[in-house]
This record gives sequence, C-alpha cells and structure tokens, in this order.
Amino acid sequence: MTTIAVAETPLVLGLLRLADTALVHAQRLSEWCGHAPMLEEDLALANLALDLIGQARALYAYAAEAEGAGRTEDDLAYRRDAPQFRNVLIAELPRGDFAFTILRAFLLAAHAQPFWRAASQSNDATLAAIAAKAEKEAAYHLRHSGEWVIRLGDGTEESGRRMREALATLWPYTGELFEADAADRALVEAGILPAPEDLRPVWDATVDRVFGEACLTRPPETWMQSGGRSGRHTEHLGHMLAVMQHLQRAYPGATW
Amino acid sequence: MVNVLERERVLRAAREAAARVVDPEIPALSIADLGVLRAVRLGDDGVVEIDITPTYSGCPAMRLIACEVEAAVEAAGLGRPRVNLVLAPAWTTDWITPAGREALRRSGIAPPAPGGGRRALFGADEVVACPHCGAADTEKLSEFGSTACKALWRCRACGEPFDYFKCH
Repeated sequence: MTTIAVAETPLVLGLLRLADTALVHAQRLSEWCGHAPMLEEDLALANLALDLIGQARALYAYAAEAEGAGRTEDDLAYRRDAPQFRNVLIAELPRGDFAFTILRAFLLAAHAQPFWRAASQSNDATLAAIAAKAEKEAAYHLRHSGEWVIRLGDGTEESGRRMREALATLWPYTGELFEADAADRALVEAGILPAPEDLRPVWDATVDRVFGEACLTRPPETWMQSGGRSGRHTEHLGHMLAVMQHLQRAYPGATW
Repeated sequence: MVNVLERERVLRAAREAAARVVDPEIPALSIADLGVLRAVRLGDDGVVEIDITPTYSGCPAMRLIACEVEAAVEAAGLGRPRVNLVLAPAWTTDWITPAGREALRRSGIAPPAPGGGRRALFGADEVVACPHCGAADTEKLSEFGSTACKALWRCRACGEPFDYFKCH
C-alpha cells in the first residue's frame, strides 16, 4: 500500500482527529447494516453512520485544503495506514453486541453534542459551519442512543447484564475524549476549538442522568487508555482499515 | 444598457431553471422550496454561479442535485454554471417554504414542526398531524426513516404509516 505523509500542523491534526473518529465510528456502526436486532434499528444505525460519514467528508475536505498539498478527502480516508490515524481508541473497538454498540454511540454523542455546539462559535468560519450542522445531528444521536441505554440498562436481567459488561469494557476509553496536548492547546488559544476540559461537566451530567435512569453505576475512577490521537492504536484498527481501504489498496486511484 | 438588461434576463432565466430542479428523494419538492437553493449570481465573467447547501452532512443526494442544476442551466441555453456547495449558514427545516410544506403534505409526508432546531435530550415528542387524514392521534414508529431527513410515524385514526420530515 502506498501511503501518504500528511504535514500535521495543529489545525490539520485537529481536523484529522475529528474526521478519523467520525469515520472509524461510522465504519463500526455500518457493520450492523442488515444485522441489527430489528428493521427500525437497522435503519437507525445506518443513518447514524451516514451522518458521521458526512461530517468526516467535510472535515477531511477542509483538512486537505488546510494542508495545501493538493490532496482530496479520499486520499486522507483511504491512503493512510493505522499509525497515521488520529481517532480516539473507543471508536475503533470491535462492534461487540448491540448493548456495546449503543453504549459507545451514547458515550461519543454525549461528548460530540456539546463539542459541536461550542465549535459552532469557532473563529474558524469553515469549522463553525461544519459544527452547526453536526451539532443537530449529534443531538439526534444522543437522544436515540440515550433512550436505548435506559431501555437496555433498566430492561431484562440479560439486557442489564450486557449493558454493565459493555460499560466495564468501554469506560477506560472515555478519558481520551478529554485529553489535550500542545496541538489542542494551540487550537484552543486561537479560538478554533473548545477546550476539552470545558466539555467535561456537560458530559458528566448527561452520563449521570442517563445512567441514573438506566440503573447503571458509574465506574470508579480508573486508569484510562490513551494513544489513538497520536497514532498508537489497538490491533483492531488495522483489520478494520484492511476492509475499509481494500479497494484503494488493490486498485490504487480507482474511481467510478 | 443592453448589457444590463441581458444580464438580468440571464439571471432570471438561471433562477427559474435552477428552481425547477427537484429533490431526487422527494420529487414533489423543488430545491427552491426545500431551501437547498441558496443563491443564483452572475459572475463578472458572465458565468452563472449557484450556491446550494446540504440538508444533512451525509445527504447522498447533493452530488446529483449539483449535476441536475448544471444540466438545467445548460439546457436553458445559459452555459455551464459554477455550482458551489456552501455550509454556512447551516440549513434548517424552517427554510422549507409554505408551498414546499404543502407539497410535502400532498405527497404523504408530514412537514416538520416550525421553529425547529435544538431538541432536548428527552423532550416531549412534537405533535405530528397525519398527512393523509389530518388527525393528531399519531405515534412515532422509528426515529429514522427511509432517508436521513425523515422519521417513520403511524396514524392511529386512519391506520396509515407515513414519513415525517424531521425537524432540524
């Protein structure tokens, strides 16, 4: 596979982190297409994925423009390998069962909605425009996934057990949502992106409220996984990309 | 003077041609009534410029709409236009015109509640009138429907399922 080397200025890196998280999560969600527990949910998960792919496209297109090396959104999505992906690790974990999928969607949407709302006030006009649209989509995702977390957590013995197991697995991956390195700091100082720690109280409140209704106990403070935003990934991402990027790897530059 | 009049004629013809393009997913609705057609201009070089905006980030119809706008303007004898995809300000269902809302209803799709935008996490569901019989006794079957912009509802009065254009 011929990979590309992207010049990661803080803005390009920030955009890639957002775009990669959206795309990788969308790819996991779309794995349910044709396999969801019922038709309505099959449509729902595909719709969530479609929104995220739409957001990823806009972010990749802007990252390519900001890099100024003449690349396209497709180059960024299909011609980088796992160590070049900047998504948070939680997005790449295998889809698991439906409880796992829906809880992950909830934890991410509870972060995305306040993130995009704040980013819609960005000094960067392009990012603000992408954010204004993404915020409304994230609100819908949050509502849908949150209702399922409650229904399953406070459902049958088995659905509650599966939800608790999913929570135990996913929780150590939530810390990465609030990390900030030098690139993040530069973007915050420039008024381009919201400060990660400022989103924490809203996320905590949403999670606590839904967990309260779902009879789920928030796990105790624990060591948090990290690395995805710097390209250190779980073994799962490489396998996922092998499928997602198959066509461009087998037939470089293929179009139709 | 002639030049000014000619420019006005071209601009008017371009507006009319672009406004006739329909949403491929909802053929009853023109892109003008949907609020997707944002601006029609004439560039200094005499080329028609058209701005369109997506309803949802992932709307798969945008590329087709752009192609059809190009084709419509060209077919009107106005040359090949420049079609721009603009993201700001973000599209909202409030931009659907009264004629567009009526066209939705006639094609069996309940139009979105006005004053859309941010919804509470678990706010009360809006009251949606059945587009077939007008009854308010309806229920939501699924938050997600046949396209990204629609949800699936059912009327308890007449028993018919229907699409609801989501408030956005």
